[in-house]
Amino acid sequence: MLLNDTRYRSLTLQAIAAILLALSLGYIVSNLLANLAAQDLNISFEFLGSPAGYDINQTLIDYTSQSSNMRAAVVGIINTLLVAFLACITATVFGVIAGVLRLSNNWLVAKLMSFYVEIFRNIPVLIWILIIYTIMTAVMPGARSYLGDDPDIDLLGGLFAFTNRGVYIPAPFFTSGIGGEEGSVINWLIVIAALFGSLFATRFMTARANKIQEDTGVRPNTLFINLAIWLVPLVVLAFILGLSWDIPDPLANRFNLRGGIQIGAPLIALWFALSIYTGAFIAENVRAGIQAVSKGQTEAASALGLRPNRTMSLVVLPQALRVIIPPLISQYLNITKNSSLAIAVGYADITATLGGITLNQTGRAIECVLLLMLFYLTISLLISAVMNVYNNAMKLKER
Amino acid sequence: MSDSQGHSVAFVRTETIPQSAAPLTAAGPVKWMRDNLFATPANSLLTVAALYVVYLILSATLPWLLNGVWNAGSLAECREILQGTSGACFAVLTERWPQLIFGFKYPSTEYWRPVVAFLLMFVAMAPVLFFDLPRKLLIVTGLFPFVAFWLIWGGTIWVPIFALVGVIVGYLVYARFVAKSFAIGFFGGIAAAMVVWYITGFILPYVTPEEPFLTAVPSRDLGGYMLNMMLGVTCVSLSVPLGIALALGRQSSMPLIKWICVIFIEFIRGVPLITLLFVASVMLAYFFPPDQTVDLFLRVVIMITMFSAAYIAEVIRGGLAALPKGQYEAADSLGLDYSQAMRLIILPQALKISIPGIVNVAVGLFKDTTLVSVISMFDIVGMIRGPILASTDWNGVYWELFLFACAVFFVVCYGISQYSQWLERRLATDHR
Amino acid sequence: MNKSVIFGALTIAGLTAGAAAAATLDDVKARGKLNCGVTTGLVGFAAPDANGEWKGFDVAVCRAVAAAVLGDATAVEFVPTTGKTRFTALASGEIDMLARNTTWTFSRDVDLKFDFVGVNYYDGQGFLVPKSLGVSSAKDLDGATVCIQTGTTTELNLADFFRANNISYEPVPIETNAEGTQQYLAGACDTYTTDASGLAATRATFENPGDHMLLPEIVSKEPLGPLVRHGDNEWGDIVRWTLNALITAEELGVSSANVAEMATSTNNPEVARLLGTEGTLGEMLGLDAEWAKRAIETQGNYGEIFATNIGEDTPIGLARGLNAQWTDGGLLYSPPFR
Repeated sequence: MLLNDTRYRSLTLQAIAAILLALSLGYIVSNLLANLAAQDLNISFEFLGSPAGYDINQTLIDYTSQSSNMRAAVVGIINTLLVAFLACITATVFGVIAGVLRLSNNWLVAKLMSFYVEIFRNIPVLIWILIIYTIMTAVMPGARSYLGDDPDIDLLGGLFAFTNRGVYIPAPFFTSGIGGEEGSVINWLIVIAALFGSLFATRFMTARANKIQEDTGVRPNTLFINLAIWLVPLVVLAFILGLSWDIPDPLANRFNLRGGIQIGAPLIALWFALSIYTGAFIAENVRAGIQAVSKGQTEAASALGLRPNRTMSLVVLPQALRVIIPPLISQYLNITKNSSLAIAVGYADITATLGGITLNQTGRAIECVLLLMLFYLTISLLISAVMNVYNNAMKLKER
Repeated sequence: MSDSQGHSVAFVRTETIPQSAAPLTAAGPVKWMRDNLFATPANSLLTVAALYVVYLILSATLPWLLNGVWNAGSLAECREILQGTSGACFAVLTERWPQLIFGFKYPSTEYWRPVVAFLLMFVAMAPVLFFDLPRKLLIVTGLFPFVAFWLIWGGTIWVPIFALVGVIVGYLVYARFVAKSFAIGFFGGIAAAMVVWYITGFILPYVTPEEPFLTAVPSRDLGGYMLNMMLGVTCVSLSVPLGIALALGRQSSMPLIKWICVIFIEFIRGVPLITLLFVASVMLAYFFPPDQTVDLFLRVVIMITMFSAAYIAEVIRGGLAALPKGQYEAADSLGLDYSQAMRLIILPQALKISIPGIVNVAVGLFKDTTLVSVISMFDIVGMIRGPILASTDWNGVYWELFLFACAVFFVVCYGISQYSQWLERRLATDHR
Repeated sequence: MNKSVIFGALTIAGLTAGAAAAATLDDVKARGKLNCGVTTGLVGFAAPDANGEWKGFDVAVCRAVAAAVLGDATAVEFVPTTGKTRFTALASGEIDMLARNTTWTFSRDVDLKFDFVGVNYYDGQGFLVPKSLGVSSAKDLDGATVCIQTGTTTELNLADFFRANNISYEPVPIETNAEGTQQYLAGACDTYTTDASGLAATRATFENPGDHMLLPEIVSKEPLGPLVRHGDNEWGDIVRWTLNALITAEELGVSSANVAEMATSTNNPEVARLLGTEGTLGEMLGLDAEWAKRAIETQGNYGEIFATNIGEDTPIGLARGLNAQWTDGGLLYSPPFR
C-alpha cells in the first residue's frame, strides 16, 4: 500500500491533502455560486467607482458625498493609519514609563504601575474604548457652552476648547507661503525637509563629537549647537512663510466652534483607549526585556564606575531592546488591527467606511469584506516584513 | 572553675543584656519607608506624586461607591434619593442583573439551567487544570459538553445523547484500530462518529417528544455574560486541538501541507477579528448549501475558533521549536513512527512549554468575545449599549454598568493569569 | 455525501435548519414558525417589552402573516437585525420576511433583488432637536452635528438635503437607535435624524419628551414596507395580500371585534370574499379559506394596529396623516379582493 511505503508516503499524503483541499474549496465555491445564482446576484467591484452618497466627519483628504466609494475607502485607510500611528507612539510612551517604573525601588510607584498593568490588561479593549468615549461625550462640557458672545466657558488660554464633540486646537497655516493665503502642501513639505535637514545635521554633530572625544578624550558640548540646528531653521521658515495660527472661533457658528484643528471625540476615545490598553502590554514587554539582561551586566558596569543612568542607557537598554523590540512590533500590529473597533464609536476608519457604510449602502457584502481583509493583510505583512528585517539585523552575531 | 572566675572577675557579665530595639531609623516601618518610599529626593518626589494620584482616584470614586443606591426603579428615583450628593446608582444592577448575565430573552424561569451548567463547568475543568485530582473526574469533563448543551439549549434530551453515542462509537473504533496505525484509528473514529450522527439524524424526529423536559431555547435568545462565557469556553477548547494540528502541519516536511497551514495561519493572524465576525454575520451564509442556514452562534463559533486556533498554533510552534533536537532523534532511534513520537514524546513536552502562551491566547480570546456586540449579538457589552442604556428608566447610567462589566471580566481574566503563573512554577521541572 | 453527514451532525445539534430555497411557504409550514426580521428595538414599531415579548406595528404584520399561514399568531420567531445585517439575513434565508421599517427604493428592489410587497407606513425623514437649541427649520442647521443611523436611506437623504441647500454639517454615524438616543441626549449631536415616525417613537421614551421637537421639514419620501426575497412569488403574494387584507378590513369596517360576526352575517360580497365565506381566495394563495379572518381576528385591522401601537393615544402619538385610508384623504389604497 502506498501509505506504508516510505518512498511514496509523503507524496500520497500530499495528494490526499490536495484532493481534500480541492474538494472543500470546490464545495465552498459551488455553494457560493449556487447561492448567488439563486438570488440572481453577481460579484462585481463596479460599485467602487460610483458616488458614495454619504458624508464622513473626519477626513484628511478632500471628500464630499459625491466622491466615489473608492475615495471613501481611501479616507478610511488614511484614518486607520492615522489613529494607528498616534496610538503606537503614545502606547510606547505609556508602556516604557510604566515598565520602567514598575521596576522602581519605590514601593508605592511600583505597586501603582502593577495595578495599572493588571487592570488594563484584564479588561477588554472594547470596554475601554466605550468608557473613554462615554467620558468624552457624557462628562466633557457641551460644545455650545463655548459659543456666543458671553460663553459659559472660555477657551483655555483663548486657544483650546475641550468639548463633548472633540478637542479644538489652533491650526498653523502660512500667509505668505507658496499658494498664498490658501496655502499649499508644498509649504509643509518644505518644513518637513527642514526637519530632516536638522536631523542629519545633529547626527553629523554627534559623530563629530564622538571623533573628537576619541582623539582628545574631551567631549565637546553639543547641546546648544544642536538646539540651534533644530530651532533656527524653523524660526526662519516660520518668518519667511508667514506662520500664523487659526484659532477656534466661538462666534462663527451657532452649533459648533469653527476653525482650528478639530480632533473628534471618536478619534480621541480610540486613540487614548488603544494607547493605555496596549501600553499595559508594552509595559510588561519592557519589564521582561530589562529583567532579561543579567544582573552581572549591571554589576560589571558599576564596577567600571558608570553612574546608574549611564549604566541604564549604555549597558542595560541596548541589550534589553533586542528582547523588547520584536514583541513591541507585534503590539503595533495589534494596535492596527484593534483600530478596527473604531466602528463602535463611529470613527471613520476603513472598517467603518468600506466595511460599514459602503457595505450597508451598496449591499456588496462579499466584495467589501474581501477588500477589507486584503487591506489588513497587506498592512500585517508589511509590518512582519519590517520585523524580519530588524530581527536579522539585530541577531546576536556570535563568533 | 568558671564559678570562681565568675566571682573573682566582677565586671564580666554572666548573661547577655537583652537586645535593645534597633534605632527607629534602622528598623520597622520607618526604615521600610526610608528604603522603599523616600530613598532619594527624586524618589520622595515620586512618592508624593503617587500619593496625590491615589488620593485623587480615591476621593473621586470612594464617596461615589460607598454612597451607592441599591434600590430604585429608575435613574430619576436614584437622583431623588441621592438629593444631589455624589453616589452611584447600583439599582440598575439590582434590577437588570439577570439581563446582564443571561441576556434579555433567556426565559427567566430557566435561569437555573445555565447556572447549573456554570457550576458543572468548574467540576469539569478541575481535572484538566489541576493534575493532582483523581483522574476519574475526567469522565465528568467528557460528559460536560453534552450536559451543558442540553442544559443551556434545552429541547429533547436525545440530541446530546445521540451526539454522545457518536463520540463513544468513534472512540471505540479509534481504540480498536489505533494499535495498527494512528491514522486509521483517528480517521476511522471520525468516520464512525459521522455515520452514527447521520443515522441518528433520521431517528431523531421520531423520538422527539412534544413537550421536552427542558423547554428549548433558540440560540439567538442567549445573551449577556453567559454568551461571552460560552463563546470563550467553546472556542478555546475547540481551538486547542485545531491549533496543535496546524502547528504540526506547519512543521511538516511535506510542502503542500506546510503551505496550507502557513497560509491559513498567516491569513487569520493578519486580519482583525472583527472582519472575521463580519464574515460570520454577512458572508458565511453564502458558503453553506443554499438549502441550509447555520445558526449565527455557530457561525461565530466557527470564525472565533479559527481565529484563536491560528494564534495557538503559533504558540505551540514556539514550543515545538524550543525542544532540543535530541528529543526528536531519540524518538526516531527508538523506532517510533511519526504519530507515536508526537503523542508520546514531542507533544507532551512542547505543550508543557506552551501552556503559558496558550493561556495568554485564551485570556485575549475571552476578552475579544465582547466584539460580537458589534455584529448585533447581545453579549454583556451589547446588553449595556443596547437595551439597558436605551431604556427610559436607565438612560444615562454609564459608570455603574461599565464598572460591572469591568469587574466580571477582571475577575475571570486575572484569575486565569494567576493560574497560569502557578502552573508555570508547578511545571518548572528543569534542574538548575 | 460528506457534506450531508456534517449537516446531519449539525442538525442533531439543532444549530442548522433547512432554509427557504424555492418554496418559502412549504418551509414555514414545515417549520411551524415564521422567521421575521425586525429592528433591534424601536418602541412602537418593534421592541421587546419587559417580558421579552415583541410588540409593535411591524411586529403586528409579522404576526398577521403567521396567523394567516400557520393559524397561530404567536408562531413567530423574531430576528433582530441592524441596518447592516438585515438584507443578508433575508437573502441567505435566515428570515422569511423582513418587516423592519425598510424604505422601498429602486436599487433595493432591482439591484439587491428583493420584492417589496407593499407599504405599511408612509414616512419621511425628519429632524429631532432640543427646544433649547432655538432652531425652527432644518435649513437653520448650518454647521450642526447630526446623528444618523448608518446603512439607511436617511444617511444618503441627509447628504443630499444639505448639499441641495448648500449648508454644511458634521455627521455622527451610529449603528442602532439605542445608541442614537444616547448620543443625542448626551448632547454629542445637535440633532438626530431618521424617519419621522421613528423620531416620534424615540422621543416618547425620553424622560422629558416635551423638551424636544420635530422640525417641520420632511426631507424625503420613505415608504416603509415588508419585503421578501425575489423569485418566490407565491410567498410574496401571501405577505402582500395579508397586508392588503388588513388595510381592506379597515376600509370595509371589519375589525377584530366584529370579524366573527361579519363573517357569518355580512351582506357585502367583498367582506365575504375577504373573510372566506364566499369564493376561493385562500385556496388561490395556497392557504385555507379563513386566512384573512384569522389575521384580522388576532391583530385587528390596519386602523386598530395603528391605534394600539403608534396612534395618538399611545406615548408615540402619531397622527394618521398620509397613512389614512384613501377615502379619508390618505394614501392607503388596497387593490380589491376579487
